[in-house]
Amino acid sequence: MNVYDPIILTLILLVPLAGAALVAFLPDRAKLPNWIALFTSLVTFAFTLHLPAHFISGQPGFQFEVNRPWIENPAIAYHVGVDSLSLWLVVLTGLLAPVGVLASWNVIQSRRKVFYSLFLVQQTAMFGVFISLDLMLYYGFWELSLAPMAVLIAMYGRKNGPRAALKFFLFTFIPSAPLLVAILWLYSRTGSFDFTTLQVLLAHGSFPSGAIFWVSLAFLFAFAVKVPVFPLHGWLGDTFAEAPVAMAMVVAGKMGLYSMLRFHVGLFPAQARYVAPVMIALGVIGILYGAGLALVQRDFWRLLAFGALSHFSLVILAIYGLTVTGWNGAVYQILSLGVVEGAIFVLLGALESRYGTSEIAAYGGMAARLPHTATYFVIATLTMIGLPLLGNFIGEFIILSTTFTEVSRGWAIAAAVSVILSASYMLWLVQRLFYGPESALAERPAPDLRFGELAALTPLAVLMLAMGVAPNLWLNSIQSGVHPLEVKDFAHEHPTVLILPSIVLNHSTRGARR
Amino acid sequence: MNAPLHLWLIPLLPFAGFLLNGILGGRLPRWLVSAIGLLAPLASFGLVLNASRSITGFWANMPLPVAEHLPFYWINVGTLHVDFTLVLDQLSLVMLLVITGVGFLIHLYSVGYMHDDPSYARYFSYLNLFLFFMTTLVLAGNILLMFVGWEGVGLASYLLIGFWFQKRSAADAGKKAFIVNRIGDFGFLIGIFLLLGNFGTLTFSEIAAKLATNPAWTGGILTVICLCLLTGATGKSAQLPLYVWLPDAMEGPTPVSALIHAATMVTAGVYMICRTHFLFDHSPLALGTVAIVGAATAFFAAVMGLAQNDIKRVLAYSTISQLGYMFLACGVAAYSAAIFHLMTHAFFKGLLFLAAGSVIHAMGGEQDMRKMGGLRKKLPITFWTMTAAVFAICGIFPFAGFFSKDAILYAAFLHDAFGKALWFVGFVTALLTAIYMFRLWYMTFFGETRSHDAHPHEAPVSMLIPQIILGALSVCGGWIGIERFSVYLAPVTGARIGTSAFPHLELILSIAAVLIALEGWLIADKYYRRKPERPAQIVAAMPGVCSLVANRFYVDELYGAVFVKPLLAFSRYVLGWVVDTGILGGAAWLLGGTASLGGAILQRWQSGNLRSYAAWLAAGAAALLLFALIPMLLSSHGINLHWTGF
Repeated sequence: MNVYDPIILTLILLVPLAGAALVAFLPDRAKLPNWIALFTSLVTFAFTLHLPAHFISGQPGFQFEVNRPWIENPAIAYHVGVDSLSLWLVVLTGLLAPVGVLASWNVIQSRRKVFYSLFLVQQTAMFGVFISLDLMLYYGFWELSLAPMAVLIAMYGRKNGPRAALKFFLFTFIPSAPLLVAILWLYSRTGSFDFTTLQVLLAHGSFPSGAIFWVSLAFLFAFAVKVPVFPLHGWLGDTFAEAPVAMAMVVAGKMGLYSMLRFHVGLFPAQARYVAPVMIALGVIGILYGAGLALVQRDFWRLLAFGALSHFSLVILAIYGLTVTGWNGAVYQILSLGVVEGAIFVLLGALESRYGTSEIAAYGGMAARLPHTATYFVIATLTMIGLPLLGNFIGEFIILSTTFTEVSRGWAIAAAVSVILSASYMLWLVQRLFYGPESALAERPAPDLRFGELAALTPLAVLMLAMGVAPNLWLNSIQSGVHPLEVKDFAHEHPTVLILPSIVLNHSTRGARR
Repeated sequence: MNAPLHLWLIPLLPFAGFLLNGILGGRLPRWLVSAIGLLAPLASFGLVLNASRSITGFWANMPLPVAEHLPFYWINVGTLHVDFTLVLDQLSLVMLLVITGVGFLIHLYSVGYMHDDPSYARYFSYLNLFLFFMTTLVLAGNILLMFVGWEGVGLASYLLIGFWFQKRSAADAGKKAFIVNRIGDFGFLIGIFLLLGNFGTLTFSEIAAKLATNPAWTGGILTVICLCLLTGATGKSAQLPLYVWLPDAMEGPTPVSALIHAATMVTAGVYMICRTHFLFDHSPLALGTVAIVGAATAFFAAVMGLAQNDIKRVLAYSTISQLGYMFLACGVAAYSAAIFHLMTHAFFKGLLFLAAGSVIHAMGGEQDMRKMGGLRKKLPITFWTMTAAVFAICGIFPFAGFFSKDAILYAAFLHDAFGKALWFVGFVTALLTAIYMFRLWYMTFFGETRSHDAHPHEAPVSMLIPQIILGALSVCGGWIGIERFSVYLAPVTGARIGTSAFPHLELILSIAAVLIALEGWLIADKYYRRKPERPAQIVAAMPGVCSLVANRFYVDELYGAVFVKPLLAFSRYVLGWVVDTGILGGAAWLLGGTASLGGAILQRWQSGNLRSYAAWLAAGAAALLLFALIPMLLSSHGINLHWTGF
């Protein structure tokens, strides 16, 4: 037991907040906010690395756990901890923060204090979402993560900022209302906001099954909008196109997907099983729908948004396949997508900041002028389309093969069509941006990647390769916490044996103590 | 003594070359780039030679197969365990000798051919990357590792076809190659999933062992698996219906066409079927499909080869056609004959491309055969090596192609009644092959020079040495004979070459095959040397048929009209306009209507944007809290809301 273990999560939450305060109070002079934000995010990232370094694989339950009563009535506790599900997501969030700062370095010129302090607040909020084990605490961080985003979209939107911000706000804030209601209902019935307690109570207690179903649906709805799941993706394209690059690259995907695994499948396994067929269908539809629309987009941010919809939908398929291997693949795929989409955001952001447009047709033949940009973009593209030995292939293969062998052959085959479509839209994008005769835009003098951008992209590229060649560096700790486990309590309701992983059900150790 | 073979170095050395030239290449002097680029395949070739001592039993009695396990898993999650095991057996050894041997020669040729290209280092790094993936594909001990190599060679092919990416046609061709291959790979992936589901393992030896314990298991799911794998093979090996990418792939530099699109990568499908022959052997239906695909492709591509005027495209269709022969051989379970033809084809087709490159080089980049002619005197070495290759591909005794093509036709003839039909298609294709190859030969090297702009000159030594070596191999590469070759491969592919009860059948068939090739030569001689005005007359007489052939039966246009355009239109109009903007956007607008009305009121009320949103946040949170508190307050007083409806 390391001396820092009990306080490390608190440090991870507080350091970005402190940085935000520092940015807000110090003058905006000579890129001072940039440097503070960079330094803060690097320090935070270093702290997050403490987690995998001292994480004990195979130990059930949460680690680095802190559980202090905070407010007596209602009984809200400062309960944080990580397990094999959230461990690497925290690290990924830490990694993407300095990348985001470097990507914004020259792009954000006005009101830097506002930008960087909100950026750091958003970091804290995201860490909070991943480590909170008290539902009210979790909800607070969840809401906190939305506000800075909406404000920044409105402030820095490139064409239609306020409208996009309003859309984002409506899409993500309104579904939070039922989520809050559902959390409060649970509290009114159990007197607890605590995740592990609720997990045990929900598994053993008797609740009106209709009510629980609607409660679980409220959870699912909030998360599904946030991912987004088809057909709730209306906000994604506008947000990708308008939000500052550093914010857009963290907004979609991982928070919603993580929350689904932890708080929907984890708290309401029987209800999740009930809606699983619908979610699988929506997942596969999203895969094909997103890929199909990505083919015909004229703006590269919108292309990326629909591509992201397609990729996130694959993770949905994995989560609601309700298999342990699929869940491992889902977590791995979230990590891998975080890395590769981060890189693509930085690269497209670099292009847009140099040439001032995101219209694909304006580009062409940039490869000769910007060889580094082209090289990194091709590497990221190859990762994105699931080339073996690069990150995404592992997750895709695990998810598709598990779906095929354990869930449904038909849905798996339909989902696998995405290997053709993703190659089509991404390679076509590469071609239209970088290959062919030089466009008028290419003749405008613009520098290739700067040192800061290279410093952000090179580790990401190395990670893509490492995640493709040696996935067990991550998979070992992800799957260590996942054990097949028979839950007999559902037997009277659902005769089939439910398999729950300890990533979602920790009651063997935690529940007994409480 | 069993000295370790260091199999893992065979792929990794080219990979090191790729990294060195890829990252530092731009800053290195050209001689160093060449040295790195050449040493990597040469060292791999040396390692393969070292491993090939098992052939002779010279100073080691090393029983094949040899497996090298890397000490860690690649993917190890749940029930999925995939390792990095490399397996050397007779089959992979033959393949490796071809890949690294011919591969090295083509690297050497490239030093001369690409000498003036500004992206010299990038070229060599891609070429080394290709060797990395191709050797991985061949050495893979399980099908997923094979898939790594499989996709990887596709990547190398994509990068090299689009090497001159500023040419739009080159960038298009690279993309097309990758996407068409992806369609095949989709089938391959499904096949892998089926193998995983039915056998619980992806290791070749374990699947083979499970099948061996259950010899009665034929057809059914095994047929489905084989057809899925065949889909992958038709993509990579450019067979019907997925051959369309290979002619366009000629946009790449000519040595790339020689190495990737003639000698090695495109044969990966044949190798894959031979490697998984234990599956195909259990499914007569799948084998029959392989044979039909092969025979149909061989004939169809040969017909299209007759009407091409671009020297490289003639060779591209010829490659598709010859790959069809190999599939035909696989389909009649004559795997050793398929690999035999694969090997001799690597010699003579590699050489044909190198010689064509030499011609193009001499003509200053001209690829249209109508502008060539009379090059025999000016390029004597190229002429003689190409002549050897032309004779080899036409199957004229005693050149290499004679032995391998003869083995395939003989095996087909012996197969069964259906085999006789396959034999006939192959026999007719041999005639067409001779016609289009001698047509190329005459149009390029004989007659009068038809272009006066170019000043043809023989290629530099670095380009001639590979041509001479491959020329020698095109002559004598087949002398080993199919019997000895089959016996050597028998531990892997099984001894399937039968013999006929009818004496001298093989001799009769051979003589017939040589005669039909000579007939093809005579026809070409008549139309392209003695009466060069005749082809134009034929075109004038049958304009419809000729333009159909010259336009390659409009297959590209057909695919575009049937698949690509409808998909794009469906995405743009149905998904984009109707569903996304119309239905979903409309629904969101309706749902959000009330809320945005409130937002608009707030916005008018407040002056600044930011403040209006902050107010929004606060108001929303307050409303929600109130809304949320109601059920809680009610329940704390013992009143429960009724949650019905489920």
